[in-house]
Amino acid sequence: MAKITMREAISQALMEEMDRDPAVFIIGEEVGVWGGTYAVTKGFYDKYGPDRIKDTPIAENAIIGGAIGAAMVGQRPVAELMTINFAFSAMDYVVNQAAKLRYMFGGQFMLPLVIRAVGGGGRQLGATHSQTPDAVFAHFPGLKVVSPGTPEDAKGLLKSAIRSNDPILFIEHATMYQVRGEVPEGEYTIPIGKSKIQREGSDLTIVTYCKGLELSMKAADELAKEGIQAEIVDLRTLRPLDMEPVLESFKKTNRAIVVEEGWKSYGVGSEIVSRIYEEAFDYVDAPIIRVAQKEVPLPYNRTLEQAALPQVHDIVTAAKEVLK
Amino acid sequence: MKKEQLLDLYHQMVLIRRVEERGAELYQAGKIGGFMHLYIGQEAVSTGLIAARESRDRVITAYRDHGVALSCGISADQVMAELLGKATGMSKGKGGSMHMADVSKNMWGGHAIVGGHLPIAAGFAIGDQYAKNDNITICMFGDGATNIGYFHEALNLAKTWGLRVLWVCENNQYGMGTSVERASAVNEIRQKAEGYGMKNSQVDGMDVVKVYEAAKEAMDYVRKEGQPYFLEVDTYRFRGHSMGDPERYRKAEEVKQWQENDPIGIFNRQLLDKKTATKKALDEIEARVDEEVAKAVEFAESSPEPTMEDLYTDIYAD
Repeated sequence: MAKITMREAISQALMEEMDRDPAVFIIGEEVGVWGGTYAVTKGFYDKYGPDRIKDTPIAENAIIGGAIGAAMVGQRPVAELMTINFAFSAMDYVVNQAAKLRYMFGGQFMLPLVIRAVGGGGRQLGATHSQTPDAVFAHFPGLKVVSPGTPEDAKGLLKSAIRSNDPILFIEHATMYQVRGEVPEGEYTIPIGKSKIQREGSDLTIVTYCKGLELSMKAADELAKEGIQAEIVDLRTLRPLDMEPVLESFKKTNRAIVVEEGWKSYGVGSEIVSRIYEEAFDYVDAPIIRVAQKEVPLPYNRTLEQAALPQVHDIVTAAKEVLK
Repeated sequence: MKKEQLLDLYHQMVLIRRVEERGAELYQAGKIGGFMHLYIGQEAVSTGLIAARESRDRVITAYRDHGVALSCGISADQVMAELLGKATGMSKGKGGSMHMADVSKNMWGGHAIVGGHLPIAAGFAIGDQYAKNDNITICMFGDGATNIGYFHEALNLAKTWGLRVLWVCENNQYGMGTSVERASAVNEIRQKAEGYGMKNSQVDGMDVVKVYEAAKEAMDYVRKEGQPYFLEVDTYRFRGHSMGDPERYRKAEEVKQWQENDPIGIFNRQLLDKKTATKKALDEIEARVDEEVAKAVEFAESSPEPTMEDLYTDIYAD
């Protein structure tokens, strides 16, 4: 097993799939000559040239709408949104067009499209550049939403996403590109729509994904020092949502918290809690707690921003609370 | 154009007219739901335009799409079945009036978000450019769509990247109830293409032969030069924006004036004047259309409804 960064994992996935399938091309702002705003596609332009690494104008509707059109006629574009906040500029394409065209036309064509988008707060970029709106996109049937929390999953899931025949929003976290992790040698893929136990434990279940996984793993270390064994279920895909490992774990621990970076109201946590109550009510021993972002637009000031984002100590506190 | 082709265009225009007249009746009778936007008055546009394409060229349009669907060779049976929401419609009854498509005939829909299909049209051309073929994408839209951001992003990209798109603005003078003068900074829509350095022209949309000739010339340019082209087609819808439009925004005299320029009437006179066809021959075509439409209604009405299983199919391919 090689230890690589999240950035390298995503970059490797893109390169391997471009080498495997000539229908795959990358389209987005600064993906080419610049090398990618987050340097994920550094070196791609020199290797593949402008036909396959398409630098676009700053025009999100043209990027996503254009990628949708190319996908409908048989290509396999990977469109990059510099940040997921810009998806709002192209909202019609993400939730109205990509998610619905196949159904609305009775399945006459496939829409093999990956939209890579960088989300998350914590970089002092102010309110409009720091959002974690994953739940918004996961709301729409027709779209698949993937958001990995480890380099291994990022690489394997992105490769699956590129091979998939459906539109997939692939959400990466802006503060996680340097996160290192073990990645299998050689070719592998990870199926979309499968949650995974990332840490085993018997006292409580922590359901989370993406940045929440990084924080929850640290919180679990803290809890272990006090003799509390947390089991961590990583959703990895928000739609379609795989509840099996969550329910299995919960039926064992009977106590859970849900950790996400987005806002608490109407969020991923709200969905998970509802599903546990609907499908495993008899196993509930304590109210399930949601750890999430405070209900404010994120401020620039570092102290205030960190106060609004969920932290390791919030997870530790919530875990102890459900165990009371 | 040869005589047969001209008569075929006449047949097509009358077919569009009659399908929609019957469609309007079925809508009034409650058999068609949702919104329905009639193309009546604009038949020469889709007919002349699409006659000039090669079958490998893609067509995409807005929600006023019944005429475009028929011009692309989709049968009246299927159009009527989709209007009635039946399983035998092109989209199995999931699309309806505003979302007519049959990609096997290179008709890529019927799109109901105003201007929303323009970047997708650019995307078809990106796909074709990537595949290194010289297919053309013919993208039709109304005057109203030229005021929304999608339009500008799509035109800018098409010119910057040299995409083979024929942009066709059907200027029917109103975006819903708001006239071009009240909504657009320029009354001559094609001036907007100038801003993107895009070759453009304007044509009388009530004359099918003129539309055909302008389209042919534009398509030759797009294919040969590998550049987009902007064609503004002046036309008029004789009916309201959609069914149930009170038409407070325009005067009866104005509608009457345009109706005197009925594209079917104009073409009928041309065919007779140039002795391309006899009155008898044209009457026969109209009689044939009546039969076709009656058969289409019967087909649609007797077709099965989609099943409950269909509710859950076609969401994902995998």
